[in-house]
Parts: sequence; C-alpha cells; structure tokens
Amino acid sequence: MSAWLQAAVVLVVLAAVHVPLGDLLACAFTSSRHLRAEALLYRAMRVDPDADQRWSTYAGCVLAFSGMSILLLYVLLRVQAHLPFALGHHGMPPAQAWNTAVSFVTNTSWQSYAGEGALGHLTQLAGITVHSFLSAAVGLTVALTLIRGLTRSRTDRVGNFWCDLVRGVVRVLLPLSAVFAVVLLAGGAVQNLHGFHTVPTLAGHTQAVPGGPVASQEAIKLMSGDGGGFYNVNSAHPFENPKAWTNVVEIILMLLIPSAIPRMYGRMVRDTRQGWLLLGVVAVLFTASLALLSWTEAAHHGTVPQAVGASLEGKETRFGPAGTALFANASTASADGAVNGSHDSLTAYGGGVTLVNMLLGEVSPGGVGSGLYGLVSLALVAVFLGGLMIGRTPEYLGKQIRASEIRLVALITLATPVAVLVGTGLTLGLPTPRRSFLNTGAHGLSEGLYAFTSAGNTNGSAFAGLSANTDFYNVGLALAMLVGRYLTMILVIALAGSLARQSPASVTRGTLPTHTPMFAALTAAVAILVVAITYLPALALGPLAEGGT
Amino acid sequence: MSTTTMAQAPAPAPNPPAAPRRVSGGLLDPKMLWRSTPDALRKLDPRTLWHNPVMFIVEVGAVFTTVLAIRDESAFAWLIVVWLWLTVLFANLAEAVAEGRGKAQADALRRTKTDTVARRLASWQPGQTVDPALVEPVPAPRLAQGDLVVVEAGEFIPGDGDVVEGIASVDESAITGESAPVIRESGGDRSSVTGGTRVLSDQIIVRITQKPGESFIDRMIALVEGANRQKTPNEIALNILLSALTIIFLLAVATLQPLAIFSKAQLPGVPDTEALNGDGVTGIVMVSLLVCLIPTTIGALLSAIGIAGMDRLVQRNVLAMSGRAVEAAGDVNTLLLDKTGTITIGNREARAFIPVGGTSEQRLASAAQLSSLADETPEGRSIVVHAKSTYGLRERGPGELLHARFVPFTAQTRMSGVDLDAYGGDPARLVRKGAASAVINWARELGGVIPADLGETVDGISASGGTPLVVAESVEGTARVLGVIQLKDIVKSGMRERFDEMRRMGIRTVMITGDNPLTARSIAEEAGVDDFLAEATPEDKMALIKREQAGGKLVAMTGDGTNDAPALAQADVGVAMNTGTSAAKEAGNMVDLDSNPTKLIEIVEIGKQLLITRGALTTFSIANDIAKYFAIIPAMFAAIYPGLDKLNIMRLHSPESAILSAVIFNALVIVALIPLALRGVRYTPSSAAAMLRRNLYIYGVGGLVIPFIGIKLIDLVIQFIPGAR
Repeated sequence: MSAWLQAAVVLVVLAAVHVPLGDLLACAFTSSRHLRAEALLYRAMRVDPDADQRWSTYAGCVLAFSGMSILLLYVLLRVQAHLPFALGHHGMPPAQAWNTAVSFVTNTSWQSYAGEGALGHLTQLAGITVHSFLSAAVGLTVALTLIRGLTRSRTDRVGNFWCDLVRGVVRVLLPLSAVFAVVLLAGGAVQNLHGFHTVPTLAGHTQAVPGGPVASQEAIKLMSGDGGGFYNVNSAHPFENPKAWTNVVEIILMLLIPSAIPRMYGRMVRDTRQGWLLLGVVAVLFTASLALLSWTEAAHHGTVPQAVGASLEGKETRFGPAGTALFANASTASADGAVNGSHDSLTAYGGGVTLVNMLLGEVSPGGVGSGLYGLVSLALVAVFLGGLMIGRTPEYLGKQIRASEIRLVALITLATPVAVLVGTGLTLGLPTPRRSFLNTGAHGLSEGLYAFTSAGNTNGSAFAGLSANTDFYNVGLALAMLVGRYLTMILVIALAGSLARQSPASVTRGTLPTHTPMFAALTAAVAILVVAITYLPALALGPLAEGGT
Repeated sequence: MSTTTMAQAPAPAPNPPAAPRRVSGGLLDPKMLWRSTPDALRKLDPRTLWHNPVMFIVEVGAVFTTVLAIRDESAFAWLIVVWLWLTVLFANLAEAVAEGRGKAQADALRRTKTDTVARRLASWQPGQTVDPALVEPVPAPRLAQGDLVVVEAGEFIPGDGDVVEGIASVDESAITGESAPVIRESGGDRSSVTGGTRVLSDQIIVRITQKPGESFIDRMIALVEGANRQKTPNEIALNILLSALTIIFLLAVATLQPLAIFSKAQLPGVPDTEALNGDGVTGIVMVSLLVCLIPTTIGALLSAIGIAGMDRLVQRNVLAMSGRAVEAAGDVNTLLLDKTGTITIGNREARAFIPVGGTSEQRLASAAQLSSLADETPEGRSIVVHAKSTYGLRERGPGELLHARFVPFTAQTRMSGVDLDAYGGDPARLVRKGAASAVINWARELGGVIPADLGETVDGISASGGTPLVVAESVEGTARVLGVIQLKDIVKSGMRERFDEMRRMGIRTVMITGDNPLTARSIAEEAGVDDFLAEATPEDKMALIKREQAGGKLVAMTGDGTNDAPALAQADVGVAMNTGTSAAKEAGNMVDLDSNPTKLIEIVEIGKQLLITRGALTTFSIANDIAKYFAIIPAMFAAIYPGLDKLNIMRLHSPESAILSAVIFNALVIVALIPLALRGVRYTPSSAAAMLRRNLYIYGVGGLVIPFIGIKLIDLVIQFIPGAR
C-alpha cells in the first residue's frame, strides 16, 4: 500500500469513528446504571460503586491497586516454571522480573526479555494480557478525575476508583479488544496454546517458533497503549502482524481510543468545542511529526537509500519505509510503544522525531487517559500565560488557575523530565551502563537517551541497539517508569481535587476563550517550546549531531 | 513623574475623550537609574536576593564564575563574569528604581506629619459647650481611640476621626493635592477628618478613631514605600512557574555534563576549546548557558512590575490597601456604579415646562420661576435659568418682591414656593411647586380642580426618566394646577462609550440609584449600562453583591456613607471616597483621594495592565530561549560535531563571541525593558480574544525573533574585543 493511502486510510477511519466512539466513552462513564456483570464484581470486591472518594483516597486506591498488581505480576514471572504451559521456560531473574512487572503495570511494556524466549503461555495470558487491560483502565480513571475536577464545584469528591476501573475494562476495553482480536485472527494472527514448532528457514537453517494466544493479546496490546509484543520483534512478527492491511489495522488500534478521548472530554465537560480544540492540537502535532518522519526516511542521503528511494535497513519489507514510518510515529505519539521495525535503524533525524514524540509527554494523542491529562496540563500552562496576557487571573472552564493549581501543574511538567534527564545523565555518566551501547558516538548517546525517554514517558518502545537486560537498566528504567507514571498520576488527581473544591467563575467576554484556533496554536506552541527548552542540549548531542554529519 | 510629590500629582483626567484611551504610568527618568544604583548594589546581599530565586541563581553563578576566572584567567572568562554581575545588578536596579519613586512620594508625605499638640476634652456631652477648664494638652501620638479633641481654625487635626460636633472648612491638600478647602461636619457622610489636615475656619469636636501610629498618613507612607509589600496571589503563582522552569533548566544543564564528557571522549582527536574539554563543558560556559536559559528577564522585572502597578494607582490618587485588591480589580466582572456623581452629574436640571389644563406656557414659566427664586438648591436654580434662557424671563430684583414671603421646602410638606400679598392691583397669590402628590393635595384642599391631563403628563415624565415637579397657584382662594416642570438627570458625556468598552472587556455595569424603577430604566438606557438597581437600599446593594459573587463573579463598587460600609467590605474591590466616613474608608480596600467615583473604571484598567505586563514579559522571556540555544549549542559542540554548525544560523563570529553575545543580550534586555515594566504594556480595552492575539504576536513572536537580531548585532560589535575573537 502506498504511503499516502495508508496514512489516508488511518486518518479517515479515525475521523469517522471519532464522534460515535467518543460519545460512547462519555456514556460509559457518566451513566448511573451498573451492568449486572459489574454489580457482581462490586459485590465480590465489597465496594460501593456510588460512594465518591476524596482525591487522596482515590490516589491511594490507584497506588494500592498498582502496587498489588506489580507484586502479583512479579510473583507470577518468578514462579512460572512451576505453572502449566510454561513451555519449559525458567522463572525470570529478580531484576528482570521487577523491570517487567513495573513495565506492564505502568502501561509501559518496556521489554528487556524476548517474549518467545522467556514467557510461557499462562504468563502471557494471566500476566501480560491482563495487565494490558488493567493498566489502560487505570490511566482512564485518572483522566476521569481530572474531568470531574473541572466540572464539579465546591466538593472534595472526585469519583470512585473501583467503579471507573471496572467500567473501563468491562464497557470499553473488553468489547473492543474482542472484536479486533477476531479481525486480526481473520488477517492471519495466531491464537492457540501450541508449543514450539521447528521450521526450516529459506536460508536452510531451522528455527523454533512457538504458537500462543497471540491475537487476543495483540488487540489489547495495541489498544491499551501497552505495546509489549508476544514475540521479541513485536509487530514485525508475521504471527502478530501478518499482512500490510493488518499493519494499517494495528496503527488504527494504537490511535483509536486516545484519539476519541478528546470527544469524550468535550461531552463530559459539556462543551464539545473544548474537545475539538484538544483534537486540533493532537492533529497538528501528529501530522507535523508524521510528515517530518516520512520525509527524513524517504530523503536520507546515504548511497543505498538514494538508490532504492528510501532507507530500508532494519525495516520489514512487507510494510516498507512508509508503513514503518507511520507505525513508528503512531507508536511513539500514542503511548503504545509497539514497533514493526527497528527505531535504531530510522535515520538520525527520524529517530529524533520519535524521541520528540515521546518527549512531548505523549500528547499527540498519547496513551489511554494519560494523553488527556497530559494535554490538559499543557492547556493549563497555556491558559496561565494567555490569561495573564489578557489581564485576568487565568481561568480554564470556569476554574481559576491560582498558586495551588499552578504548583501542581508545574510539578506535573517537571516529573517526567526529572526521570528522563537524571536517567540519561546517569547512563552516560556511569561506566557500566555505557557498555550496553552497541554503537559509539552520537548514535550510542541516542540509545541511552531513548531508553529513559521511553521509560519515563511510559512508552515502552525500544530504540534497539541497547543490551537492556542488565541490573542498571532493569532497576533504573523501572524507577523512571514509576516516577513518570505514578508521580504524574498523583499530582493529576491532586489537581483534580483542588479544581473540584473551587466554585466556578462566570464566563464572560473578558474570559480567555479556550476553544479558538488561537488558543490551539498557543497550546501546541507551549508543548513544543517546553520540549525544546528542556531537551535541546541532549537532542543536539544525539540525533542532531548524528544527522548533521 | 519620578519625583513628583503627592501635592503635585495630576488631577484625574476629565471624562474620557472619544479616541481610544491608554492607561499610562510615569515615564522613566534616566537620572533615576543613576540615583538608584547605590540601592541596587545594596540589594546584592544574598539574604535579600534569596527572595527572588531566579536572580539568586544568577548571583550564585556569578560568584562561581568569578572564582573560576581568578583560578584560570582569560579575557573571555572575565568578560562573562562582568556581564553576569551586571545581569544581577540590572535586576536590582529595576526594583530600586520602582521603589525609589515610591520613596520620593513617602518623603513628601512625611513632611506633612507635624508634631501637633492635641487639645483633649476630659469630659464632654453632646450639645455641651466646651469648657476651657476641661481641656488638657496631649501630644498627638499619645491620643487613644475614642478620645475627644477640640480643633479650632488654624490648628492641625491631631489624628483621624469623625466630627461629632460642629462644622468647619478643612484644607486637605496635604493628602489629596486639592487646594480648595472641603467642608466637614458632624453627622451624615462628610464627618470624617484625617490627621495632618488643617482646619481653616470654625471649631469642631473630633472623636479619634485611629490607633496610635496607624493613622491614614502612616498607612499611606507605608504603602507608597512598599515597606511591607507582600507578594500578591498571582505573583506567587507566577513565581512558582518561574521556579519550576528554573529547576528544569538546572536539570537540563546539569545532566548535559555527562553527555558532553561522553561525546568528547568518543572523539579523542578533537582539540580542547574554551567551551569544551575532556572534563566536559567548562564551568564558565555552563553558567552562561544556565543564566541565558532561566527566565531572568521576567525574574528581574517581576517585583518592579508589582511596585509600579501600585505606584500608577497612587499617581491617580488612589490608595490600594493591598496588592491583592489591585489584582482583583483586573478580574472584576461586575461594576456597581452609583448613579449620582458617577453616571450623571450630581444634579438634575429643568428641561421643560409643560402646561396642563389650558394654561399658557408663559404663565407656567413665570409661576415656576417665581416659586424658585429663593430656592438655592441646584434644581431650583436650574428652573430660574431655564425660565430665563427659554422664555426670556429675567430674574426679579429685590424691590419687586417686597411683599413676598418665601416658603422653604420641608420634608413634611414636600413643597416650596412663595406667598405674595395683594399689592398694587395684583390680587394675593400663593405659588407652590413640589412632588406631584403633595401639590395635588394642596390644590384640592384649596378647592382647586385637577386638570384631566395632569396625571398623564406626570407619568410621561417619570417614564422618560425625568422627575416631575407640579406647579400650582392659588389666586384669592381659588387653586389651580398650572403645569409640570420636567427635571432631568444629565448623563455625563462619554459614559456610553466607556460602558461599551467595559462590555467588550466582559465587564457588566450595574447602576445603583434611589430613583423609582421607571426613572432608573430611562437613565440606564440613556447611559448605556447593562442593568440597574432602582430604589436601592444598602441591604439591596449587599444582596446584589452576594448574588453576583455566588454566580462566580467579582464585584467592584464605590461608596462613601457609613451605610455603604458592609457592602464595601463584601465587594471584592471596594473603593471608598476620601470624603466619606471613616467606617467606609475602613471597610473598603482602596481609598480614592479625589473622591471621583468614575475612577473605578481606571482602577480596573490598571489591575488588568499589571497582569498583562507580567504575562507579556514572561512569554517574552521564555520565547527568548530558543535564539539563545541557537547561539550557544553550536558554540559549545560544533568542535566535536561540525554538523551542529548548521544551527549557527546567525553566523556568529566565534564560539566565544556567540556565548558572550547571548549573555550580554540577556543582561541588556533587562535594562531595555525597565521602562516597559514601570509603565506597563500598552492596554486598550478590547475583547479577550483580540487582546490575546495582539499580545501573542508582540511578545510571543517578537520574543522569538528579537533575540536573533539582538544577539547578531551584539556579535557584530564584540567580535573586535580581545577574548571574544
């Protein structure tokens, strides 16, 4: 499929489902009825789904639930040798199990292991797949608290975590992933519990390939923003991503829920224009990075790329450079991090674009839920600057952005850069981590920068070219994921609490309009400016230095 | 304006010219910069500078580079050191200049504080004459709240208080700058007197209401000096954002070092440069980068902007009791404006004489004039003027009215007029004018017939916003209603345009009046206000404020009377008139020394301008960073990665000149923006969207572009300096 056609299909499909899917999402979380299945779950968990929680309780629930999840997944990974369908795999070593557990619970799915070489089918199903659902739903819950903070007033309640979590799984993620698992199955993705098959390769060698419950994991892997592949090569593997058209489906899946969330937001804040504004910001950032990435991939000045029309090394020939560029851009702009090619093999500037996509905080459109709160935080910074420039205490949707709110917004903006910069600094500064680089010079530096960028922003894609299964990376990257995910989440929920307590200010002609193209431009400019001023020195020594030579 | 004292402060601008106005403050006198330098040097003390985190970091950086330059001397290092110190100094200078203007005003005020000896009354009952035996001399500072003092012509009033007996003319020029004396009397809304002002005539007894050392003048001095200036809510919020940015840059710069060391080690053949060696980026260059990136421009000017904002109010003779109130003024959604004095000129004027029952106009005019000859109220005088200008009736001389007895207006009769005895052929005649119901009753009692068209005429005048005064006469016992005088409020010129501006800014104006709803509606329409509150009592006013606030609106109002005090306290911005009672002045959070209620509109504009200036300079400051990166990054790393020289789009002369140019630009831009910080950015009332667009283009896009030009220009000059070559 030609580059333009692929991109056009993706954008047309996303545009077509934007309104209905967004409306469905809004309904799912605003209806007052509980489904029978949900009611049973609530009874089993002994929670009252209608009991609203304070922000601190809600944040406590997020942390406790995630902490328990990490613990359970860690135990599962450690003891898998003693469980059925282990395919003869041993338990994972402690540091790697810790990294993997944190990685999947934080919705990052950075993998320092090779799927088919380390995990049995039960671990894939009960561990990896389950947490794809749960981690995505947790991301949604946090976005919901922020929406409630903006719409409620004079209250200290921001919703019920358990209710939001269950609804996210039961009403949104399960039905959608069931449908798309079947679609991928039809495309040729495998779904079984077979062990290894030994197959002769074209080169005359033999290769052992396991079957497995791939299609069921593949759909939620892409849709949840998780992105951890069943196989090591992720979506470049024919069992995961068999055809050119499944490649397009996979790209759509990564963007499906995140790009519909602005509509849900508009509906829930009872001003759909606000949703359109966020979508506009997303569209501008996404198209700009896609154009840049496609252009750098096609216009590489090396001899071979010139001869064949693009740089092909490290790319899957079934998808071609355009299919790879589109996939890579979707994967890093959403928080998914699935790959269908090696980002290490993108051109220097192309790799830089995927880095910038993540460094933006993954807001174009970002992860399930996390994209929204990232976007709203940026909008709040824009509101603060814009509000001052029209001579008023800054207001967003009738809520004033005062010292207590701007403090939280500032900390949200700070959390991820701390994880990324400190991690990268240590990687380059300490002697051991540097040995993991498979390249020298600027490209080696990019490998280190990419690892912590991907972890701190809970993307999970790998640049490749980095031997990440060392204690430093297993422990350090997990810490970066925890900071990037939970510190941000706690601050966002606290912000929701602070906003919910306010009484609404009235909206007049003197209020900064937050639905105009002007404001969209300001928000996008703030996003780019924040990335530029924070990361330009690091980017200069990595992709910019490499691309300049 | 820099050294202007209160006494010379300009009178408030008369009502608005039609052209778009612009709020402006005092200009910057270059001499002021020089005079403030000692203060600026004093502020280098880290214990002072610590309150400004951004500039504190610059100072730490300056100290650090000084040490480095001493250890490892080079012309380049010393140039950087000098300009880093200048950066801190320029920031201090901005604050010192802003404070200096306040100090000049405070000194002028202090001179008015004289050592007065008060004459305290040991015991006194209202109505009693002052017994000299019971008067004791007490130094003014020792007066307590509740003490009674007697003040006579020529004496200074020893402290703030209320007149409890007597009436006097008082010279208040010391605080208001207005040389015409004002009347202060017991009871009513003109009872408050201020310590330090002088009684010109008569004798009054004053009850002291201030606590010792907390007089109005003391507070004024503290305010204009900014002695206990506290950061305002918005300033705190902005400081948090700036601190967060500073932390980000500290992190970015600190973590750059291992990256730089790694990169350098990968290319062992590349020679060391002034910017980069085996130990990474040199300390001098690292500090330069950090200082260029952190928001020094806004960090340096932030407090000056706040001080200058308060100062702009003082120049308009408004004292804000807190910076918070000034900020709130910018956020106001609803303005409550008293009709009289704010929207209309104080008095009503006669506009027309409308005869009823077949009376001729001339006759009505004559009777109306006759009944008003002795009426010294502005309304009465306007009737005489109207009779003369429209009907050619001259005023009558004293001799002509020998047989006339004037009947003054009383609250009981609600009429005034004149009784003429029979004289020289003319029959005895009684003429009355007054409220319709009162005059109709009077005519009925004297057996008069009420013309059928009277009611219609009276209602018509009321409905059109006028006040009807009915004129009747009784000749030889037969009463007859002659007609109606139409009195009308005169709306100040230019008010409609001002209210239109307010509307564009999203501010709703509400007119408060004691008139009936019909009259109120008509004036409201004529003046162009959005809403009105008729027959308003203080309770109604209070209820209106609470209702608006419950809807998330911020309310501003003016007031002077004691019964305004609760509403003034409840309003988010309460401007008390200086002529008002102490209770009102105590309750409001601003005092207007000119007692000009229209000034509320200017106060709102100054509040907005304050926030806009902060926002604009913050945006400018952050946008500047991009150009500085383009100057410094190639300068640091082009030696190891020649490809990065592509970023040197300004084609700067050398790595040293590039870094130095960025540092010099960063310092000079502070000085260049001091006048803007003191004056405030240009502000023309317009919609939020239009204002955002304009300021984003000027300060956002301008902030991106200007440093590219500025750094290039500086580079062109300094490339000839040794150390930058």
